[in-house]
Amino acid sequence: MNIIEFNNVSHGGILHNITGHFRESRITTFVGPSGAGKTTCLKHINGLLSPDAGEIYYRGENLENIDIIELRKEIGMAFQSSPMIAGTVFDNLSLPREIFGDTLSKERAKRLLEMVDLDAIPLNQNIKSLSGGERSRISIARTFVNRPKVLLLDEITSSLDYTLVKEIERLIVRLQREEKVTVIWITHDLDQARRVSDDMWFLRSGELIEFGDASFIDETENNEIRQFTRGEAL
Amino acid sequence: MTFAQLSLSLIFVAIPLGLTLWLKLGLEKDIIIATVRSIVQLLIIGYILTFVFEADHPVYIVLMIMLMIGAATQNVIKKGSGIPGITWMVFFTLIAVESLSMLILLGFGIIPDEPEQIIPISGMIIGNCMVLSLLFLNKFKDEVERSDETIELILSMGGKPEIAIRKSLRSAIQTSMIPTIEGQKTMGLVQLPGMMSGLIIGGADPIEAVMYQLLILFLILNNAAMASVMVGYMAYPKLFNKKLQFVGLKYD
Repeated sequence: MNIIEFNNVSHGGILHNITGHFRESRITTFVGPSGAGKTTCLKHINGLLSPDAGEIYYRGENLENIDIIELRKEIGMAFQSSPMIAGTVFDNLSLPREIFGDTLSKERAKRLLEMVDLDAIPLNQNIKSLSGGERSRISIARTFVNRPKVLLLDEITSSLDYTLVKEIERLIVRLQREEKVTVIWITHDLDQARRVSDDMWFLRSGELIEFGDASFIDETENNEIRQFTRGEAL
Repeated sequence: MTFAQLSLSLIFVAIPLGLTLWLKLGLEKDIIIATVRSIVQLLIIGYILTFVFEADHPVYIVLMIMLMIGAATQNVIKKGSGIPGITWMVFFTLIAVESLSMLILLGFGIIPDEPEQIIPISGMIIGNCMVLSLLFLNKFKDEVERSDETIELILSMGGKPEIAIRKSLRSAIQTSMIPTIEGQKTMGLVQLPGMMSGLIIGGADPIEAVMYQLLILFLILNNAAMASVMVGYMAYPKLFNKKLQFVGLKYD
């Protein structure tokens, strides 16, 4: 079943007539060269941006007709730089609750840390003392606070070393299987896309060149994609 | 002071002018322009004030205050570039702070309703509000540019714009208020404040000069709080659209 559908979506000269869909409870990766519009596309999914033309549907309903706050609670997003607020690990984990004047229990916070294999880190530790990899994992754990149905990941492993990259990949795949969330994941690393994807979107210069089962990336007849997979400049 | 005595005080301009020529600082043109402008502007204001004081009519007082507010707004606009409608926000803030201050000062009889009292005090209120608005906008824009990812993060979680911007807004308000508060803590210890010094030079009783200075200090504290809070709360919604999206600062 398709959970999200793009219908002729264009935005500010960055996206051009994007039409495609995402299957529920699958991992779809966005691949393509820099400047392809991947982040712009991702931000449309939880309403951080809106199309100038075309429509986006979530569970069959036009995003324009959905309460944006409720939508964003269901669609979690982890940003490339893992932005954190000043304070402790707990302050950051409880942020998705705190913004609604609610609280997160210490037990749940500990479970979230366990989920991302950070149970050794105390909740009252200052966020500034954490490494890049730990912050990435906190950022992922934080997106699970509101138990999202869809998880948007924007190059979350781009600044990490290889061992950590593999750890995060295993983590996302495990969480996706356990929580049955739909994952939409931007990556510039084609090998990573091959390892984790069920489906794939290949974007270039704001156009969706091809999408579907991830196997197309190595089987396609499309010259642009073949050039890209060979590491040649587009 | 006579004009002849004032002319002699130009020696204090000649010294920096000599220094800049000697050290090739390239500031001589600016020093001359600044000196000529200050002489012309202050003399014009002196003659206008003489006219307004002698006329002693509310219309002239209001016109004088509006002129000051207009000039102060003009000065702040440049720093507010990137925030649509900032001109009117600053203009409205200056009017609101000036009106409230005068309502309290005149309403409670803290100062007499004479142009000699109202206009200089209004000048200080408006001038301080202008400086505070400049400080606030500088810091606020800097905060917004540095925190854009955190702002989007909170929005992406379903947070409303006022929550997403809260930290940047508070930080900018604090930063713009701190110099005023810190300045007041050392007031009288490090230097005698300008107005008090002026009154003492003019022959006023030092205790009376102190009381006037205290009044001004309290007004400045109020200006600092009101100007940054009002400009801040009017400006931040312009950084978001109706779909609760962050549109950021908009430069042409």
